[in-house]
Amino acid sequence: MAGFTFTRRTALAAGTGLVAGLRPGMAPAQGAPIKIGELNSYSRMAAFAVPYRNAIQLAADAINQAGGVMGGRPLEFVFRDDGSTPGDAVRVAEDLLTREGCAFLAGTFLSNVGLAVSDFANQRKKLFLATEPLTDALTMAQGNRYTWRLRPGTYMQTRMVVEAARGKTAKRWAIVAPNYEYGQSAAANFKKLIGTAIPGAEIVAEQYPALGRVDAGATVGALAQARPDGIFNVLFGPDLTAFVREGNTRGLFERRLVLSLLTGEPEYMLPLGDECPDGWITTGYPWEQVEEASHKAFIAAYRARFNDTPRKGSVLGYVTAQVVASLLNKANSTETEALVDALADLPTQTIVGNVTMRGLDHQGTMGTWVGETVLRGRTGTMRNARYADGANYLFPEDEVRAARPRA
Amino acid sequence: MDLGFLLVQSLSGLASASSLFVIASGLTLVFGVTRIVNFAHGSFYMLGAYVAVTVVPWLLDFDRSPLLFFCGVLISAAVVGLLGVLMEILLLRRLYKVPELFQLLATFGVVLMVQDAVLWLWGPVEIPGPRAPGLRHGVEILGQRFPAYELFLICVGPAVLGLLWLLMHKTRFGILIRAATRDREMVGALGVNQALLFTGTLFLGAFLAGLGGALQIPRVSASSQMDLSIITEAFVVTVIGGMGSVPGAFLAAVLIGQLNSFGVLIFPKITLVLVFLLMAVVLVVKPWGLLGRPEPAAGRAALPEGVLAMPRFGVWEKAIAAVAVLATLAVPVFGDAYTVKVVTEVLIFALAAFSLNLLVGHGGIVSFGHAAYFGLGAYAAGLLVTKGGLPMEPALIAAPIAGAAFAALFGFFIVRLSGIYLAMLTLAFAQIAYAVCFQWVEVTGGDNGVVGVWPSPWARSREVFHYLVAICCILGIIGLRRVAYAPFGATLRAARDSEQRADAIGVDVRRHRWLAFTLAGGAAGLAGGLYAFSKGSIDPTLLSIPMSIDFLAMILLGGMQTVMGAVAGAAAFHTIKDFFMPLTDHWRFFLGASIIALVLIFPRGLSGAYGALRRRA
Repeated sequence: MAGFTFTRRTALAAGTGLVAGLRPGMAPAQGAPIKIGELNSYSRMAAFAVPYRNAIQLAADAINQAGGVMGGRPLEFVFRDDGSTPGDAVRVAEDLLTREGCAFLAGTFLSNVGLAVSDFANQRKKLFLATEPLTDALTMAQGNRYTWRLRPGTYMQTRMVVEAARGKTAKRWAIVAPNYEYGQSAAANFKKLIGTAIPGAEIVAEQYPALGRVDAGATVGALAQARPDGIFNVLFGPDLTAFVREGNTRGLFERRLVLSLLTGEPEYMLPLGDECPDGWITTGYPWEQVEEASHKAFIAAYRARFNDTPRKGSVLGYVTAQVVASLLNKANSTETEALVDALADLPTQTIVGNVTMRGLDHQGTMGTWVGETVLRGRTGTMRNARYADGANYLFPEDEVRAARPRA
Repeated sequence: MDLGFLLVQSLSGLASASSLFVIASGLTLVFGVTRIVNFAHGSFYMLGAYVAVTVVPWLLDFDRSPLLFFCGVLISAAVVGLLGVLMEILLLRRLYKVPELFQLLATFGVVLMVQDAVLWLWGPVEIPGPRAPGLRHGVEILGQRFPAYELFLICVGPAVLGLLWLLMHKTRFGILIRAATRDREMVGALGVNQALLFTGTLFLGAFLAGLGGALQIPRVSASSQMDLSIITEAFVVTVIGGMGSVPGAFLAAVLIGQLNSFGVLIFPKITLVLVFLLMAVVLVVKPWGLLGRPEPAAGRAALPEGVLAMPRFGVWEKAIAAVAVLATLAVPVFGDAYTVKVVTEVLIFALAAFSLNLLVGHGGIVSFGHAAYFGLGAYAAGLLVTKGGLPMEPALIAAPIAGAAFAALFGFFIVRLSGIYLAMLTLAFAQIAYAVCFQWVEVTGGDNGVVGVWPSPWARSREVFHYLVAICCILGIIGLRRVAYAPFGATLRAARDSEQRADAIGVDVRRHRWLAFTLAGGAAGLAGGLYAFSKGSIDPTLLSIPMSIDFLAMILLGGMQTVMGAVAGAAAFHTIKDFFMPLTDHWRFFLGASIIALVLIFPRGLSGAYGALRRRA
């Protein structure tokens, strides 16, 4: 989105505009709006967050056109930048709850920010629907009554790509991951899971370059030296581009199986351009291959309104708004305890199918697409992609019971 | 390990070193001549990459020839050079008369503005550049494939070094640069047009940064975060080499490149901290870097920067202070819940900034790593509560102790240095502390940090906690202010103004500086502890470089020549940030613009402006 976005005003203007021109046969949402405080890294992680916000607006407008929530009240998201640090985020969360009068909080991108807001929500006894943070701690060791997470976390995504590698013969594995929690815990999950999919698999090399400053030459050299059969990659963004280019030139990926997290998402695929590697097994979002009618309608509406193709963030944003609406309709109250109770095992029919917020670990069953990367024309996409329903990749129940603190 | 692998790994190191050197050489030249710690250098690097990913593909559309590729790279570098000139003429030139640190603040404002300007112009998605025509392939070296483009990069570094040597020794401009690096005042006294010299140097510096960025496009994509990742490393290279020394920068870059490329084989997580470890070791052993010389002005009585006059509070000041304190205490009664939260944070930052100004303003000890003590205080408090099971009260006592203990430990080495080297050593220690908090996952929770750091039940309401913070911070500030007015403060200022003279009258300069460093660390630790309880969590961003820079920005904005400036600065900085953040995604742009506007309107800070007003009245 170009230009300076004065987020709240644009949101309000768009909202009123759409309500004014409603379709016949539907009552407009009326009365005081139900406000949801949405904080995210709109400034630092704009490549993800802006398509995400666009989709939330799209969904909220559609919901309000169709009569709003809780028997006709409009749904309003108040968007704020979380400053990308826990300190700023907690202040912004306070602002959303006290000055803006939001019913509850949603959003956040970085795991440390998500955890800080989650603990703040626990302290203030307010609901927090974490959408993007991937850390397993959010629903496991540091889970609490008030925090729920929608998107598949690190464990689930790792398990999806590892299961997709079942039956392959690569025994010697090298890991490359950014040196922070997401990278480390993806690597740890991979070590735990790869043996189940490929018996006898061993880890022969590990590289953890600092996030955002991968020394691609040295990293690729170190990985190649270990002569692995397969590579598990967790790098993304600018690090990934540098790594892939260096690896392509040096032949690192030739005759090697590569498992990679997130690489198939348009956010990371588009910048790769024609350097997109071939045949990596990855999670992502091949939007042009989606068949489901409601999802196709979403894509058409998104493209029409924003003159851009949807990203993975857009899907998440749309599903977020759908889950929020279904939550409010079921609870029929903005009182926190009622909301939390309503959210437990709440099923919602969304554009990606049914998403249930599992009551046991507060994790949503939203899934993601798993497939192989392929270059078509000048950009990469996925082939043999299928939607992996998150419900099949949740943490085993006994592991959850052991890890989550008792309420 | 076979020979081919070792050779190729070493070549990888040389390629990184070469890129790093091109960037660092510009930084070291600019510092040598103008004494400006140019934070915007990383922004020039980023702009070089962005201009190149725009210009080069356009040129390659005409003809995919290597010649056009390199023309595009040079054009991009020249464009960035002109932007450097623009910054010098519009901004820095107005600031040469004010303390050098203000230029740092101005360049920091530029960093913030460029970050958002880039997002606005080029969008948030990173942009990969085209590969260099003719250099796309890999070259077989002893059975290992190595990118041809990196072989080319390896040659660029020495070529730039050679060209710079020719420039410095064979042209009048270069000779003037060298002269100004040795003794700027003398060059001015001899009638050299300094304005032109500075403009030329800024062009050269920005050109080199832009060149470094443009040369990277076949390897890395242009992204809006590449400025921050390069600037610290470029600083480290210049400092290890010796500020102002181009050959030193080359040596340091090669050293870092090699250590990095072989370091990752043994410690795969080393990249986070390696350069800072190296810098700390070099500075402890060689206080002026590898090839640097002691600052020539060090022995001369220069006009000191920092707190000069120590006026007592007059009627007006007493009234203002009383109103400020009363307002702070009345906020929970009249303000809404959110205002209470913001004022609480302002108080905490005010204490941290005030403690920093004890070092910078009174002691002449410029710390780029003050957040380390703030953060370590927060970690001590947070870990005691969450892992130690202690309540808030003892944890809050432990916070300043931890801050002071680490300040004493690091300060022992830091106070042996002076000037920019001292500043960079504080940065190095802060980064090492940051890396420990980041990496020691079992204890510190890694970058996720630790949550659940909440106050004891009696202090849990916003209002009560606000009063607790207010009492701690106001008492802390009063205490530090007394220290500044006490003979100890006078001794610090004496040592700052002339180390030799202070030494001659029997002042143990190092010990006094060490004590001040420890005291300031303790106060920052207390602030950090309070901050942890106000947020409920601790994580490494508390001791990160941006946090340290925020503190510096606060004291500079407030005016480091006055005793109370830091408090005004903390309030102004936090308020501006809080004002713009909810308004727009591009709040960093406005924060940067506000900083630059304030620097230009009040070149002595807010309290400096107040002082001028009072004298006129």
